[in-house]
Amino acid sequence: MKKKALDPEKRAERVSWALVTPLTLVLGFFLLLPIATIVSVSFWSYNEWSFYPDFNLDNYMFHLTSAVTWATYLKTLKFVVITWIFCAAIGFSVAYFLAFHVQSLPAQIALFLVCTIPFWTSNIIRMISWIPFLGRNGIANSMLQSLGITDEPLDWLLYSDFAVVLAFVHLYALFMVVPIFNTMMRIDKSLIEAARDAGASGLQILTNVIIPLTKPGIMIGSIFVVTLVMGDVITVRHMSGGQSASVGRIISNEISLLQYPAAAASSVVLLCTVLLMIGIMMRFVNIRKEL
Amino acid sequence: MTEKLDTKGLSRRSVLKGGAAAAGAAIGSGAITGFPTIWAQNIKDITLRQFGTGVSNLNEVGKKVKEDLGFTLEMTALDSDSVTQRAATQPKSFDIADIEYWICKKVWGAGNLQAMDTSKIKNYDKIVGTFKSGKLTPESTIAQGTAPHTVGFTEGPESKTFSETETGWMTLIPTIYNADTLGIRPDLIGRPIDSWAELLNPEFKGKASILDISSIGIMDMAMVVEAMGEYKYPDKGNMTREEIDLTMAIFTEAKKNGQFRAFWKSFDESVNLMASGEVVIQSMWSPAITAVKSKGIPCVYQPLKEGYRSWGGGLGLSANLSGLELEAAYEYINWYLSGWVGGFLMRQGYYSAVPETSKEFMDANEWGYWFEGKEATDVIKNPFGDAMAQAGEVRDGGSFYDRMGAVACWNAVMDENQYMVRKWNEFIAA
Repeated sequence: MKKKALDPEKRAERVSWALVTPLTLVLGFFLLLPIATIVSVSFWSYNEWSFYPDFNLDNYMFHLTSAVTWATYLKTLKFVVITWIFCAAIGFSVAYFLAFHVQSLPAQIALFLVCTIPFWTSNIIRMISWIPFLGRNGIANSMLQSLGITDEPLDWLLYSDFAVVLAFVHLYALFMVVPIFNTMMRIDKSLIEAARDAGASGLQILTNVIIPLTKPGIMIGSIFVVTLVMGDVITVRHMSGGQSASVGRIISNEISLLQYPAAAASSVVLLCTVLLMIGIMMRFVNIRKEL
Repeated sequence: MTEKLDTKGLSRRSVLKGGAAAAGAAIGSGAITGFPTIWAQNIKDITLRQFGTGVSNLNEVGKKVKEDLGFTLEMTALDSDSVTQRAATQPKSFDIADIEYWICKKVWGAGNLQAMDTSKIKNYDKIVGTFKSGKLTPESTIAQGTAPHTVGFTEGPESKTFSETETGWMTLIPTIYNADTLGIRPDLIGRPIDSWAELLNPEFKGKASILDISSIGIMDMAMVVEAMGEYKYPDKGNMTREEIDLTMAIFTEAKKNGQFRAFWKSFDESVNLMASGEVVIQSMWSPAITAVKSKGIPCVYQPLKEGYRSWGGGLGLSANLSGLELEAAYEYINWYLSGWVGGFLMRQGYYSAVPETSKEFMDANEWGYWFEGKEATDVIKNPFGDAMAQAGEVRDGGSFYDRMGAVACWNAVMDENQYMVRKWNEFIAA
């Protein structure tokens, strides 16, 4: 017996449901459910050795009124801003060089792959390897001293804000390079020629043509950098020698002290902060439209 | 694992067969280990899961258990925070908890551990006094902090409160302990160091470090504050809010003045800080000193006139253990105290709860160096074959009684623990 064929409209509807279901399930199970759990646990109470269902706002009250939280957010934001400035400058320059100065496609691809070589090792190793380099008796200091630039080792190279930012920029600059390079490659070269024909100087072409057209790439890279730095736990601890706090460390401290509800509340606050920051960034560029 | 699987389908026949084989094996090894044969038949099928800090969770111990006792001991090594978490929140994930006494104070109330009947512990009488009456020798004074005997006994098998005196029900059977002090780089300091106060001496500005584990770090801080003459604590192990504030204020000021190079959280960080010369004086643990020394870099575990900050660990039984498994756990604990493990750990610089049984498992040179504080007559090696000391060297701090007799305080959890932790976080963020 032959099955009656579905009418095409219904069929199309079913297909789209079928196509959308796996992703919905995956996101629901691995993203929404955990977030919902964290949000609900953030209202629970806890003592030294256990935590139990409850509805109280103490976790939030304590977190939001603590001077440590504010100081830490301020410090983390400072890291975000400085890291972002360096990553954007480096990312833009590298992408610009790759997209506009290197003429042949194979060379572009080859150089682009060279950029990714550091990513063949884990980012913890890349971060830790700065420690012997920057140390008091490290390569950087012995080089500076043998060149006669300094007389004694510079202590601020390691276990300082400088070291933290350096590691962040090193770890995350590529996240800027990739999306910016990607959008730059899509720029129609004739636009640049047209601008030149119309008498624009190099700087004008950069500010009036290239930067506006690469804005979506810059924004995507910025989102990467901002979220990664905001959520960092390890880099700040290792590069500051444990002397500097970050929001991620507050949370990991609370977890290690069995204060799961407090950690959940801190996480929710961090999540909201990051979403807010991304929301603000999205106001500048409509990524969907630009892509 | 295959042995475990075999017993899954329990038919009468397979039990008989397996039992016969196990009994055969037990007869073969029974002469040495002397088990009650009733349960020796099934002992091979038992797996005990132990977790604890890396200090004593060594695969060598698991291997030796299999050899001597016949059952399987699975070990998981974690850091002290994770150990606390697991003991408090995941009672079904372990059979034996290898924890420190201050952790015991924290998690006993959760009811995940059961007290042990000391009449079943063969070497109970030989356990060092520190863990029973609190006194190492009858003349000793009891140090401040969470001294092991204060959380070592409980009223009965189900009790959740601690008893100050020996009741016959022990919370943890003590296994290893040591006396901690500051580690220094004598070659970079170039003068004698004899006080905890030196940690905040401006001479070492930017070259000092302290550990970032609040419950231990606060004790080191207290030792320093007292040594500086700033304040004398009635009980360093149980500070009031004002005392915590005062202690933190002194250290926050030092931090802002750049006294500290870094704070360390894990063992290897402390080793690297010291070995690289970033730090010349810091709180340190005994095996870390050895690790620095083994790189050929001079490092001393400096005895200080104010005394040591001590810690102790022990084995606790999961509340879920019963029947044969519980018997096996007791057998394991008796074996633990019977000397082999003690010797193994003492050759790494720790102390055993029953030193006299460990003596049989160490040669005279080792015993003299590690326990009696005598000059080594030959190279001292750790159980892994690395040289720890050369002939003629003496252990930092001297003999067992010199070191453990000079304990000023024990690692502790305070009544104001939560407040202290908040203040500690402020200190780190300052």
